[in-house]
Amino acid sequence: MSTCNPVLAIDNLSLEFPAYKSSVKALNGVSLHVNPGEIVGVVGESGSGKSVTAMLSMRLLPERSYRITSGSLSMLNRDMLSAPEKDLLKIRGRDAAMIFQEPMTALNPTRRIGRQMLDVIIHHQKISASAAHAKAIALLRDMHIASPEQVLESYPFELSGGMRQRVMIALAFSCEPQLLIADEPTTALDVTVQRQVLLLLREKARQKGTAILLITHDMALVSQFCDRVYVMYTGAVVEQGLTAEVMSNPRHPYTQGLLSGLPEMVEPGQPLMTIPGQVPNLSQLPTGCTFAERCTHAMPVCAKRPVLTAIHHDEQRKSACWLPQEELS
Amino acid sequence: MSVPLSATHGPQWREKLTYLAYQIRRSPLTMAGLLITLMVVAAMIFAPWLASHDPNALNLAERLAPPSSEHWFGTDEVGRDLFSRVLYGSQQSVGVGLFVAFASCFIGGLLGCFSGVIGGRFDSLTMRLMDIMLSVPSLVLIMALAAALGASLFNAMLAITLVRIPSYVRLARGQALGIRQMGYVKAAETFGAKRWHMVHWHVARNAMPPLLVQLSLDIGSAILMASALGFIGLGAQQPTAEWGAMVATGRNYILDNWWYSTFPGLAILITATGFNLLGDGVRDLLDPRQQGK
Amino acid sequence: MAFLTLLRKRVLGLLLVVFGVSLITFTISHLIPGDPARLIAGDRASDALVAGIRHQLGLDLPLYQQYGRYVLDLVQGDLGTSIRTNRPVLEDLQAFFPATLELALVALFLAILVGVPLGVLSAVYHNRAIDQIARTLAVTGISTPAFWLGLGAIVLFYGHLGWLPGGGRLSEGLTPPSTITGFYLIDSLLAGNFTLFFDALKHLILPAATLGFVTLGVISRQIRSAMLDQLGEDYIRTARAYGLSRWTVILRHALPNALIPSVTVLGLTLGDLLYGAVLTETVFAWPGMGAYVVKSIQSLDFPAVMGFAILVSFIYVLLNMAIDLLYRVIDPRIGEVN
Repeated sequence: MSTCNPVLAIDNLSLEFPAYKSSVKALNGVSLHVNPGEIVGVVGESGSGKSVTAMLSMRLLPERSYRITSGSLSMLNRDMLSAPEKDLLKIRGRDAAMIFQEPMTALNPTRRIGRQMLDVIIHHQKISASAAHAKAIALLRDMHIASPEQVLESYPFELSGGMRQRVMIALAFSCEPQLLIADEPTTALDVTVQRQVLLLLREKARQKGTAILLITHDMALVSQFCDRVYVMYTGAVVEQGLTAEVMSNPRHPYTQGLLSGLPEMVEPGQPLMTIPGQVPNLSQLPTGCTFAERCTHAMPVCAKRPVLTAIHHDEQRKSACWLPQEELS
Repeated sequence: MSVPLSATHGPQWREKLTYLAYQIRRSPLTMAGLLITLMVVAAMIFAPWLASHDPNALNLAERLAPPSSEHWFGTDEVGRDLFSRVLYGSQQSVGVGLFVAFASCFIGGLLGCFSGVIGGRFDSLTMRLMDIMLSVPSLVLIMALAAALGASLFNAMLAITLVRIPSYVRLARGQALGIRQMGYVKAAETFGAKRWHMVHWHVARNAMPPLLVQLSLDIGSAILMASALGFIGLGAQQPTAEWGAMVATGRNYILDNWWYSTFPGLAILITATGFNLLGDGVRDLLDPRQQGK
Repeated sequence: MAFLTLLRKRVLGLLLVVFGVSLITFTISHLIPGDPARLIAGDRASDALVAGIRHQLGLDLPLYQQYGRYVLDLVQGDLGTSIRTNRPVLEDLQAFFPATLELALVALFLAILVGVPLGVLSAVYHNRAIDQIARTLAVTGISTPAFWLGLGAIVLFYGHLGWLPGGGRLSEGLTPPSTITGFYLIDSLLAGNFTLFFDALKHLILPAATLGFVTLGVISRQIRSAMLDQLGEDYIRTARAYGLSRWTVILRHALPNALIPSVTVLGLTLGDLLYGAVLTETVFAWPGMGAYVVKSIQSLDFPAVMGFAILVSFIYVLLNMAIDLLYRVIDPRIGEVN
């Protein structure tokens, strides 16, 4: 039931960072897509390639630091990998916006909030400064900020973390983008603030029909927030599906491991599980399944790399594991 | 992106060498610095064989001759061959540069480690003294010292060394303090390791890399400083072939005999550039945090 | 409140430095093998006369008393009398200081004018050809003997081309403008005398360019390093993620933030220039403190050398204080921290 025009379509994408005598293979055949208005989660540990995917989608990785070895990435039917800088300047912030993890450092510390918002609004919408100012105030008010005038006059360090992230969200929606990439948007915030910010984000996205790609390491966040989810490990998708299905019936041992780390998923009295071992070195990936050495179900066949295959012929529901599907869960 | 040298363990010095070669190849400026430095050092060592003339032989018949196939850099006001004098001059300049850097690093490093390990009143007194020395403009201090000691290359060298010491003391002390806080030194302390032994073994060994970085950055500026002293007559004296002093004498003939001051000055510039480029490279290698800055 | 604490700390530091510098210079001046009294009296003077001068200068007192007297005079602003010019050192320095400051300021201006763009380019094109060229230029600047570069400039622009004068502050026969600021460039304009202004400017170009060139490397390295730090910050990524163009991000976001930590270096560079001018002034016969102090050193005129060292150290500390104040103006975060 894949929609004909996804806002973001990544197909078999591989990317490496050249390094001394080798290269760090950060992405190894990632395929994912985001449909209009949909909220999609990408979950994984650090080193899974989820942030690289997000950054590359906006072409924000430092040019010349990386090499694409296969695949394609298109956003709103435009090939992002070959788009000239001129086009990128129009796409970024207008068609697709991005929110980052650390709201403290994501804003310029020595410029007032107002200046930073106006810069973006004027750049994309070509309106007068006073119109842009009015627009910024309206955007902040939409974020349930009580005194927007005062916030505009503030420097980032004068605001709380939650307030800064609201400013970022307001900025992200300033041009009503079709896609919003949120890279760990609430990781740095207090738990109570996290929830407020997320609800605000979802409310605004539903209202404007904006699709969200949520990058996170937190399964709980995905379960509350996302329509669909991709689980990534060592630069590849290992499982995908509707959030409810993945949560209730995880197919890949790695997904199971992530889920068993959640307090909600464990019976009272049972210990919280963590996945033993570490993410393998990305410059020396094993030829077989990259999760095998941490996997409790490892078998001889795992010396071959499993491919992502549809489960019960459902193209939305896939897993990359050799285990017969019955034995899982 | 790059791995610091200390992170590679074991007996793989070949591995280390290939890594070193890789790092140097990645940085053409370090490469250039290395080449220039090697050239200058070669000139210094092989001057007696490379020189076309005796650097101190007078030839009054050929005074102030312009560069020619016989005298590549021309001759000076008493007919000495400037090419040979510039070659021999490398012995003075590079000698001073190396001596100053190593001597001040050794003395300052030792004093700093000692001060950091002993602590207490000795430490605060030393550091106060170093602060004061650092607050006096260095060139003036060097000039005053050199003048007070009497104009000679050796005294100039002593003066520069003395003024360079405080920055090493600070650096080494900082390292020593940091290292003392680390578990293994504390352990050694509780097991009754002698303080001197600690300076020698744990602290000095670990304080080494930052000291080496500073040392390699200092050689070039020491060479410049020594030639400046030579230029104002506080360094090497006649008839020693020293670049700064040669530029100074050449100054008297500068408008009609451009070559006289030009070549010794160029020698200073090239030598200092070589050592400075190499110093930058050494810093990049030993202090990865500073990588490429 | 916090500001007062800072001020108190700074003033205390200032006193400590002046005390320390005086101690060092005093020690050095008593290392001289020669006898200053003999120097003043001349070779043929009788022993009695020399002894008289020695007594008059207090050189027959124990060292600690001599130092005590020296410090006491210092506190009253008396830097002693120059042996060479036989005038109060402070008066001499006052007469020569504006020339040095004018030279140093123009040199700093030139160095910033070239060094900042160079540093920015270097950081933006990190590890690429432009970076290598800019870094080579910076290292060359740092490695160039100023006295030699000055001589070369004189040979070329004065000797061969005849475009610019070969030394001094004004041409023969011209009378300096009446002193208001002590800067000929400004004083001549205030007097409305353009002939004088252009003459002074012509004399200033070569020494300032020479001094500027050897300073350029320090500045471009600092800017490069600060820019690299800033360009790696998250807010740069945000600005780019919102479609701001590369150079907008570099010049409007990264550069102002890179300049903030660089202010210290720029300020201290001015301090370095004041005594770094010593060699340049000598080569260009520039009538400033540097040329004065070189002559003083060569004739073992230690009161003059001590006075110079103390004055420059004093200015150095004052500059530091000024930089602290400047930070409060240019960095909005400072107020918050305290």
